[in-house]
Amino acid sequence: MAGDPILAVERLDVAIGAARVVDGVTFALASGEILALVGESGCGKSMTALAIMGLLPPVARAVSGRVVLDGANLLALSEAEMRGVRGARVSIVFQEPTSSLDPVMTVGDQLIEALRAHRPLRRDEARRQALAMLEAVGIAEPIRRLAQYPFELSGGMCQRVMIATALACKPAVLLADEPTTALDVTIQAQILGLIKDIRAETGAAVLLITHDMGVVADAADRVLVMYAGRIVEAAPVEALFAAPRHPYTWLLLRSLPRLDGDPKARLSVIEGVVPRAGAGLAGCRFAPRCPLATARCHEVEPELAPVGESRTVACWHSDQVGRAS
Amino acid sequence: MSPLLDVRGLRVDYPVRTGAFARRGLTIRAVDGVDLRIEPGETLGLVGESGCGKSTLGNAVLGIVRPTGGTVVFEGTDLAGLDANGLRRARRHMQMIFQDPYASLNPRMRVGESVGEPLLVRSLLRGSALRARVGSLLDLVGLDVSHMDRYPHEFSGGQRQRIGIARALALEPKLVVCDEPVSALDVSVRSQILNLLVDLQRRLGMAYLFISHDLSVVRHVSDRVAVMYLGRIVERAARDTLFARPLHPYTEALMSAIPLPDPRRQRSRPPIVLRGELPRPTEAPAGCPFHTRCPLVADVCRRVAPRLDEKAPGQFVSCHLRP
Repeated sequence: MAGDPILAVERLDVAIGAARVVDGVTFALASGEILALVGESGCGKSMTALAIMGLLPPVARAVSGRVVLDGANLLALSEAEMRGVRGARVSIVFQEPTSSLDPVMTVGDQLIEALRAHRPLRRDEARRQALAMLEAVGIAEPIRRLAQYPFELSGGMCQRVMIATALACKPAVLLADEPTTALDVTIQAQILGLIKDIRAETGAAVLLITHDMGVVADAADRVLVMYAGRIVEAAPVEALFAAPRHPYTWLLLRSLPRLDGDPKARLSVIEGVVPRAGAGLAGCRFAPRCPLATARCHEVEPELAPVGESRTVACWHSDQVGRAS
Repeated sequence: MSPLLDVRGLRVDYPVRTGAFARRGLTIRAVDGVDLRIEPGETLGLVGESGCGKSTLGNAVLGIVRPTGGTVVFEGTDLAGLDANGLRRARRHMQMIFQDPYASLNPRMRVGESVGEPLLVRSLLRGSALRARVGSLLDLVGLDVSHMDRYPHEFSGGQRQRIGIARALALEPKLVVCDEPVSALDVSVRSQILNLLVDLQRRLGMAYLFISHDLSVVRHVSDRVAVMYLGRIVERAARDTLFARPLHPYTEALMSAIPLPDPRRQRSRPPIVLRGELPRPTEAPAGCPFHTRCPLVADVCRRVAPRLDEKAPGQFVSCHLRP
């Protein structure tokens, strides 16, 4: 399924003031791959996506590292050069479809603008392509929708329009930041199906950012688990769920109420609270909540290191994970 | 045993205030003829997607919104027949836990004042007795007594939800309406709060009306479950019955739509992907409310609204096609 690496993120650091909200994040994304970036609010997953897009908010900046696409480091490009990349080679879909679309432009005009931003298309040709895009993302009555404004559409339909806009110029990489979190579960199933179809049909690489382990299990090929600004575990999806090697992943999976679990069993709990981004802890950031933590964990931060085949984990005690209960 | 709460034929209409319909006196039926009972000490899970009317139903049970029709009987008393004072007395035994602990606490009040306010307002306790009671409430929900003098912004989301729970428990209610109590919380904190709610019920014996869009959460906490769609209950049964063998096509679709956190199982499940979306409430369909999205739809479904009938022992289903 997965092909050649298309996007590489290398030791990316993003800072807000003195706080390092993304810390040494490294991964590669292959064409045709759905890579999930999973973590809780404030773990830095959205900041990672915004850094790739060159869309960090003014308070944040990428202080070091590289984002390599088509042989170029995106972090070194000027804003004008980045505009040529955004939408054309890498696109993003956000959580809130209704606030990501322009409320005073029709759906058709937004799609046409996205298409003509990168290609010398006549307006009628762009309109024809816009219509085809709406059909491709499963919107019923596409001719009528072209003339409508975002407020006239449901949340699920707006998300389809967002995805159509993001895909208008057939980018090599699609970043989807919590694309189904604001939607009902029956609509979520439709949108996840659409993302999988798009990957199969266009061979685009997808970075799927989510907090939902069910979404990961449904759609991802490979998974990066992020905690407090760092990637703590990376693994193929089946291996991760079958035998998590980082205590955070392990505890998180055990704490979920699940449809296929014992409803009378008490849920496992991760004690304590999620640390604030860039809280400046020494050692492993999960150590204050980790039942396996030793003195070393509080002092020395573990690096991501290979464990077994095609997976890595940042934990001094990964060989003990899942053994104790 | 007589039920703690007995809701019959409950209807809630909202006037449409915006858009083209505003001037035509049009209303939206948010809750449409709901019957439900809650026994002392049990948990009824109420599940459905956004806009199905589950929160409105919770608010109507507490008398926060006035029903358009039907009755809400709490401990044998019809709430509609009560004057303001009577309602206030009844409400002492019915409390609410909200989704958003950030929005439901007064940011300018110390935690101790927020938690103790219901006791103070009803002149039940004051001074050092009040402080002692607030301290024991904080302890009950797993917070430190010293947190009493801090402000809500100093706490994390999970801790704030604990504060909200302590406040709801101050008057020792017999019924607590929990409206999406863990939806706004981080995944790793949800299980703490769910365990706390289960533990508190075991210790204190109150009943919960547990409202959520998340079937896996509802399954975990509920004794019985009711599934709502477009203002109506489409299926109601004991928890294990409902999850082992859902009979309404919407319940089945809802279960199928929740991805299991297990890639092998998830990818080998036969998907039931519903067509289309929830109809707009102003365009509520005739006949069965679910017929526009139902994979099994037959002609009768478009014409006649099905009744909620007992299709299997203890399992009530509103569907023409399930004999």
